Amino acid sequence: MSQSNSPPLSDTTEDQHVREQNASDQYLTFIIAQEEYGVDILCVQEIRGWDNATPIPNAPKHVKGVINLRGTIIPVIDLRTCFGLGEVEYTAVTVVIVLKVKNAEKDRTIGIIVDAVSDVFSLDSADLKPAPDMGDADEVSCIKGLANINDKMVILLEINTLLNQGSIPDLSSLDIK
Amino acid sequence: MSIDLSQFHQVFFEESLEGLDLMESALMELDVSHADIDIINTIFRSAHSIKGGSATFDFKVISDFTHVLETLLDQIRDGQRKITKDHVDLFLQSVDCLKHLLSLAQDNSLEVTEDASALQKQFEAILEGDSPSVEATSHIVDGSNIESNDSSECWDITFHPSRDMLQTGNDGIRLLSSLKALSDSDIYEITCDVSEVPSFEFLDPEACYFSWKIRCSGDIAYDEIKSVFEWVEDDSDIIISKASPEEPHSMAQPEVAKSDAPAEAVSTPTKKLKGAKPSSENTFIRVGIDKVDELINMVGELVITQSMLSQLSDLVDSAQVPRFGEGISQLEQNTRELQESVMRIRMLPISFSFNRFPRLVRDLSAKLNKNIELNINGESTELDKTVMEKIGDPLVHLVRNAIDHGIEMPEERVKAGKPPMGVITLDAFHQGGHVFIQITDDGKGLNKDILLSKAIDKGLITESQALTMSDEHIYDLIFQPGFSTAKAVTDVSGRGVGMDVVKQNIHALSGSVDIKSKLGYGSTITIRLPLTLAILDGQLIRVGDNIYIFPLVSIVESMECDADNVSLLAGGKRVFKLRDEYVPILSLGEVFNIQSDNTSIDGALMVVVEYSGHKVGVIVDELLAQQQVVIKSLEKNYQQVMGVSGATILGDGMVALILDVQSIVSLFSKQKNIEGISLLSSANKAS
Amino acid sequence: MAKVLVVDDSASMRQMVSFALKSAGHSTIEAEDGKKALDICSQVGSIDLVLTDVNMPVMDGITLVKNLRGMPSFKFTPILMLTTESSADKKTQGKAAGATGWIVKPFTPDKLVSTVARVL
Repeated sequence: MSQSNSPPLSDTTEDQHVREQNASDQYLTFIIAQEEYGVDILCVQEIRGWDNATPIPNAPKHVKGVINLRGTIIPVIDLRTCFGLGEVEYTAVTVVIVLKVKNAEKDRTIGIIVDAVSDVFSLDSADLKPAPDMGDADEVSCIKGLANINDKMVILLEINTLLNQGSIPDLSSLDIK
Repeated sequence: MSIDLSQFHQVFFEESLEGLDLMESALMELDVSHADIDIINTIFRSAHSIKGGSATFDFKVISDFTHVLETLLDQIRDGQRKITKDHVDLFLQSVDCLKHLLSLAQDNSLEVTEDASALQKQFEAILEGDSPSVEATSHIVDGSNIESNDSSECWDITFHPSRDMLQTGNDGIRLLSSLKALSDSDIYEITCDVSEVPSFEFLDPEACYFSWKIRCSGDIAYDEIKSVFEWVEDDSDIIISKASPEEPHSMAQPEVAKSDAPAEAVSTPTKKLKGAKPSSENTFIRVGIDKVDELINMVGELVITQSMLSQLSDLVDSAQVPRFGEGISQLEQNTRELQESVMRIRMLPISFSFNRFPRLVRDLSAKLNKNIELNINGESTELDKTVMEKIGDPLVHLVRNAIDHGIEMPEERVKAGKPPMGVITLDAFHQGGHVFIQITDDGKGLNKDILLSKAIDKGLITESQALTMSDEHIYDLIFQPGFSTAKAVTDVSGRGVGMDVVKQNIHALSGSVDIKSKLGYGSTITIRLPLTLAILDGQLIRVGDNIYIFPLVSIVESMECDADNVSLLAGGKRVFKLRDEYVPILSLGEVFNIQSDNTSIDGALMVVVEYSGHKVGVIVDELLAQQQVVIKSLEKNYQQVMGVSGATILGDGMVALILDVQSIVSLFSKQKNIEGISLLSSANKAS
Repeated sequence: MAKVLVVDDSASMRQMVSFALKSAGHSTIEAEDGKKALDICSQVGSIDLVLTDVNMPVMDGITLVKNLRGMPSFKFTPILMLTTESSADKKTQGKAAGATGWIVKPFTPDKLVSTVARVL
């Protein structure tokens, strides 16, 4: 830094800010059945309103169909149905979160249908609590951890494992309240 | 600087494979008795480039192998050795061997193969056997008489360049400064001798009249100094000698490194340095296929947007926006042209696929002791790269068949009044939006009686059916599974994968194949292929709220389903009596588990579709428009779906699924828990 | 820095050489044979250095050098031949045609950059 006229204070705050960015991850949270869930914001490609999907013949119930995302065909999955939380009418606030999912062979783009989008927050990795051991490895591996944001419990999902599993597990049994 | 050389590997593999193809066709073209120097140069260059590349990118096995190949080729090229037929055979084997080595390298598992070491030994034997006189023309100045020791050295250098040094782009100043860069101590003295500079009127401004004496010291090795003058040592007087720092300069230094071969004396070799045939006058750029596909994708989007706008243009009041319609139709035309141009990027001349056949025919006919000439026409006919890749194996199979079963032995031909040399012709041409490939032989042709009796033996047809079959149907029998005309399974063809697989592969490309034959005169097999796989002519249909697309090529006809012609089979299956055959019926609504308008089969709309020679009636609610659709992958972001081959985007932006008839039938059979194909074929035979 | 013309019929070599030179701060122009290189030279007018392969279709490296030396603006331009160690007579032919020097294949990017530095 050759600029001697810049106040030393501003340098420190900027450094601090950078450090904060590095140490924490940002999450997008959304609501399904009054419960708040979060996904790593880096996986989120975009958020769009619910629009009719083309159903896929003989697909599992949670796969609502495929939509046209600017020329690419992507599947949309109802997380509510996935988690065994019943079905609801899609409304004006029903949204599709378009996620980039990685697995060993390829990157896929998938839309998840949620009741509503809630918030974006930063979370220090130290504040991430491990998910309770429910004795079922599959279900828990979809959960990255739990976090307490403003006195509310947020379930952070590990989308790479969640959406790559052949059958998406029933999370309704997971009592996290 | 560290550069990851692996980023260039793919390009190296590609160009090497291209080089090998070029080498192979040049070898095929080569007439050993009158070897054309241009052809030999082409062959040499391919080997040379692969050697250079593999050495640079550290594929030692490949560079070692190509080294012997190149050495032999170099001797042939220089006229030191005459090329023989054995050489050509060895070179051809090397092409195959190198292709294999390259594929190993591509998989990161490069190692010396048995073939490679055997071939390498054969080349080495040739090279050692009667090694032609190769004169070592090395001008390397031996510096071994100069001892070097680790401590700081002091050197006296005299550098007397040739007059025309500047005209070779060498510059005394640059040489001296790189010499100075070697020296790490303060001692760097230089004196310039200008005594040779003539008076002004005789001065040639482009000549170098100077010479220099330099004393430098530091941790400098003799070789380092020598390498500074590497490029000029042949035509300069350079004396490098060790000096003691105390000793004053003196010009009188002994012999050490004087080479007095003037440049003119060296330029004696009179080799023909003409380039090979200037065939590749066009310039090419190498672009990743993913970029092209992305472009095609985007143009596909544009086509959809354009058709959406065209639909909306009906709503625009032409009185208020007078030129709107004009603009829309202009847009439509431009979009179509753009799409065609973009599609053409993926198109390659079919010669890429045809060029393997001269070799194949040569090898096979030699093996079978047959005399066969291959004619190739329409090599420049273009088709989609993917189609070309997928048609390669079926074509090989068909050509092998023509050689093995079609063309007779020479004596047999003579007996039949034909010339002993058989002719196989490969043709390619465009017609009506399709590419046609024809394989014609002037061999014995198909014998209908043998085909029929064999089909009856195998239980493919009944004797009564045989009586009424058209020629077309009889020839088509050879494409039936389990049918092979070869009396014995030979090494050449008929190795399990039969003509049925050929037909299936061609069908998978939305193509078709048919045979014409005349007993005693030969056969012609015609393959019809779409120009591209990215676009499909589709028939839109509706079932309930859903729109699906049938590939137009799979549709035979559509009709109202009359209950009188429907009979019920065991397992809840129904068949429809379509003229003289029974066609199984399935309802798309039932198979896909979706709500359909139809409640009764009577009077329902039935589309008769065909797959692998079988027909099936599919009940739908409505036939909609026919249109070209851009095929999109479902698997990219989702997974394979039974009954569906892909998807497309309609003018309104909605996704519609493209139906795959074969997979719908197997889905139906699975649901009915019955083996589909067997039931269908027995149903087809019922008449 | 310097403007370098890279002439080689092998695309992988061209890319590697160009990449190494660009990493060292030079700009490069590529040509796949001597004829194309000659066309470029007559259009561009000034080039700081020419690196050329010897064996190429259409026009080989030695013919290229001869032609370039006949053009006034390329009379003194440094030209380095990319040769293989076995082709000793190519070096002398190249020198006779007017090449400045040579770089022996195979070479590493580092060796290339340091050799190029000697003539720039």
